[in-house]
Amino acid sequence: MSYIIKGETGDWEIVVGLEVHCEVISKAKLFSGAATAFGAEANTQVSFVDAGFPGMLPVINHECVEQAVRTGFGLNATINKKSIFARKNYYYADLPNGYQISQSDHPIISDGYIDVDLENGETRRIGIERLHLEQDAGKLMHDQHPSKSFVDLNRAGVALMEIVSRPDIRSPEEAGAYLRKLRSIVRYIGSCDGNMDEGSMRCDANVSVRRPGEPYGTRAEIKNVNSIRFVMQAIEYEAMRQVEVLESGGRIVQETRKFDSVKGETRSMRSKETAVDYRYFYDPDLIPLVLNDAMIERLRGEMPELPDAKKKRFIEEYGLPAYDAGQLVAEKDIAAYFEVAAKGHDAKKVANYIMGDLFAVLNKQGKSIAESPVNPENLGRMVDLINDGTISSRIAKDVFAFMVEEGKTPDQIVEEKGLKQVTDTSAIEKMVDDVIAANPDKVAEYKGGKEKLLGWFVGQTMRASQGKANPAMLNELVKKKLDA
Amino acid sequence: MPIDREMVKRLGILSRLRIPEGNMDEMVTELTKILGWVDQLKDVNTDDVLPMNSVVEDMNLREREDVINDGGIRDQILANAPEEMDGYFLVPKVVE
Repeated sequence: MSYIIKGETGDWEIVVGLEVHCEVISKAKLFSGAATAFGAEANTQVSFVDAGFPGMLPVINHECVEQAVRTGFGLNATINKKSIFARKNYYYADLPNGYQISQSDHPIISDGYIDVDLENGETRRIGIERLHLEQDAGKLMHDQHPSKSFVDLNRAGVALMEIVSRPDIRSPEEAGAYLRKLRSIVRYIGSCDGNMDEGSMRCDANVSVRRPGEPYGTRAEIKNVNSIRFVMQAIEYEAMRQVEVLESGGRIVQETRKFDSVKGETRSMRSKETAVDYRYFYDPDLIPLVLNDAMIERLRGEMPELPDAKKKRFIEEYGLPAYDAGQLVAEKDIAAYFEVAAKGHDAKKVANYIMGDLFAVLNKQGKSIAESPVNPENLGRMVDLINDGTISSRIAKDVFAFMVEEGKTPDQIVEEKGLKQVTDTSAIEKMVDDVIAANPDKVAEYKGGKEKLLGWFVGQTMRASQGKANPAMLNELVKKKLDA
Repeated sequence: MPIDREMVKRLGILSRLRIPEGNMDEMVTELTKILGWVDQLKDVNTDDVLPMNSVVEDMNLREREDVINDGGIRDQILANAPEEMDGYFLVPKVVE
């Protein structure tokens, strides 16, 4: 199903390419030995290189190079053995050198793809044009002073991977799925923490519209949108805006636009007429970066299992439905939790409890899976207790709640609270008899044809057993006794 | 490449240089001459020549380990700042 905008004059298709900036996880910056940690006091993590002092020379951080190569593998891309750094020139107060060291026509990674899963079960392949390494800029604060901006260079020079997709995205949903998948991959690899709200992952969207089957239209670039939801909103709004402009006889100008998340609209920032000219040229301070085969092969060998492979394995090894497997592998920690919990137990049921009860609790308590109040071994054990008949799935809800509160093992809880399921036929029979004896009028009604009352008797008896009677046995006995 | 007044004005904006109106014509003439001279390079056929991006192509780029061994020198970083406050550089307000 494709996403189509129904205009006044016919159908329009949207074309989107995303540029995602991922802050590289490394201790030191891309070209200096200053620290990268988030949240330090202003300008305390700045070297003379980062501040653009005269005569300072950049020396590349090997770890950042390895992170880019790892990510390249994660994007099923070509690792370029030779890449070249270039200067991208522009003047702004957050860029002390007046240029950003980046890569232009020889990026370290090119030609990859990722597969994204959509709501309707379809999978779409989105091409990756390139990934290149570059420096981040500093941070500006505009609200501290009436006539001055404050500059903090702690972030200046931190390594970024700019990942550029091909214009293969055709709907806001696909854009969201692409970003989630990309975030999942870099987190699995450990090359970026993917936190859009802290700015360690940032997204620009190139959006255009066209009549289905026609060549690409003129695009607008929406800058720096800081959540997946906003990216989707911005694309939706911008595409609608372009359709309205085109249908009323106007034309789209190539320009940079900013997304206003409060108003939910995009606004023009600068047009092509005033656009900057970056005047790229190879950085004379840096000779080409050449990767050797030994390093590339070592990194290939060290790659962790990525979401797609893990999903496939979960389906095959644990017999999970594709949807469940997809949910469980989205985050590395959830997948790890599942594998511990499922080991030697009923994996399907374990998956259900994780995606249902556990996610609900984590959501409510605002915790990550790593901070789960229920440890995976206990969850697996609880499923065993259900399957061997020690507790009913109804009682399991209570056991689960006690595990959340008290952190004890399910065996301890069942023992201490006396939650063991009653499967003794004579005990259940007695309870049924008592309920029947106490309600002769209801029995008469039932016998008179009001069969709906069967459920009422089951409920009464279950209550009498404090929920501990085996539901299947109880149902059978109530029916047998009443029909006798 | 033809240089006109518009181009000079735009170059001025890009490089943050104020070019007084009175110097415009001179700049146009000078830049046209310079670029014309450089344009002679186009006479050389370079179809089969790779661009040279460095004079030391048989050397590897020097790399550093991922170790924090710099920074923590805020006073020195800010020493030449025309204006500073609370450890920040202060610049004329720039809002895009």
